[in-house]
Amino acid sequence: MSMTATVGHAHADPHHIGIVVEHPGPASKRIVTAYGFWVFLLSDIVMFSCFFAAYAVLVHQTADGPKGSEIFEQRNVVIETVCLLLSSFTCGMASIAADVRNRLWFYLGMAVTCVLGLIFLTLEFREFADLVSRGYGPSRSAFLTSFFSLVGCHGLHVSAGELWLLTMMAQVFAKGFRADILRRMMCFALFWHALDIIWVAIFSVVYLLGSGV
Amino acid sequence: MSDQTHARIEHDLAPGEEEQHSVGERVIGYVVGLVLALLLTATSFFIAGTDLVWQPSIPVALIVLAIAQMGVHLVFFLHITTGPDNTNNVLALAFGLLIVFLVVGGTVWIMGHLNQNMPPMDQFIQMHS
Repeated sequence: MSMTATVGHAHADPHHIGIVVEHPGPASKRIVTAYGFWVFLLSDIVMFSCFFAAYAVLVHQTADGPKGSEIFEQRNVVIETVCLLLSSFTCGMASIAADVRNRLWFYLGMAVTCVLGLIFLTLEFREFADLVSRGYGPSRSAFLTSFFSLVGCHGLHVSAGELWLLTMMAQVFAKGFRADILRRMMCFALFWHALDIIWVAIFSVVYLLGSGV
Repeated sequence: MSDQTHARIEHDLAPGEEEQHSVGERVIGYVVGLVLALLLTATSFFIAGTDLVWQPSIPVALIVLAIAQMGVHLVFFLHITTGPDNTNNVLALAFGLLIVFLVVGGTVWIMGHLNQNMPPMDQFIQMHS
């Protein structure tokens, strides 16, 4: 064995475990982009955890205002949950269609996702408007402040997701399934699925646990 | 040098990306995830409104069901698995979860004790006037 071969393997096997890993070079742009977006999503979830912590601390501070069990409508929450869950599913269908470059199924999946998201937003907006009109706005009590900021922050995320969704449809329409468009589509799908995960925490902690308290 | 085996790392997986599957297999994965998530959601809403279950167990059951449903979403929709090509994604997730538990658990813990350690407000005012 010549000297140069030993030097060449010194980096490939730094811990002398007997396995030489041949690195295929830097990761592809698709992996780097999605990983960076994944880290952003996790930091977004950390931000939501602060709102959840505030809600958990303030849930009993109702200042003689309404308790959660008096203002939450279970039926409304069920419809919202099913809408968001189905939209997560159709978003997955759209991303499969984008991967196989099928325009019809892509537009169909994205359109259904958009409509389901809009139904969700409409229901949430009506719930908020109803509460405010009854005098139970965010300034009524600390409990309502934390409720409006937590659920409203999720609603803002869904609104931003709707705008992003329409942008993706327009970009595919104008530019086709280019590599950079597909990367954006992958990030959008991650974003939409992550919003659904946060909604699972919201309906469990805020609506279901809150109505039992 | 002949005792060294050569292991080749093909590629990592991006978060949300699946290993090579046919379209049919991928669709079935999403359908399975949707059915499981719907079942868990229905169970959550049923348990929250029923009298058939021992009442003090309901909050724990709701939290367990929520965590299970988040797991279903992570596996079937976000395709986070324990495979070797997913290590980076899982490690980032684990770190994020650590921060989430520190923030939520720490806040609830500290604020709960703060409430207990505060004297009632009328006593507090008498002490300082």
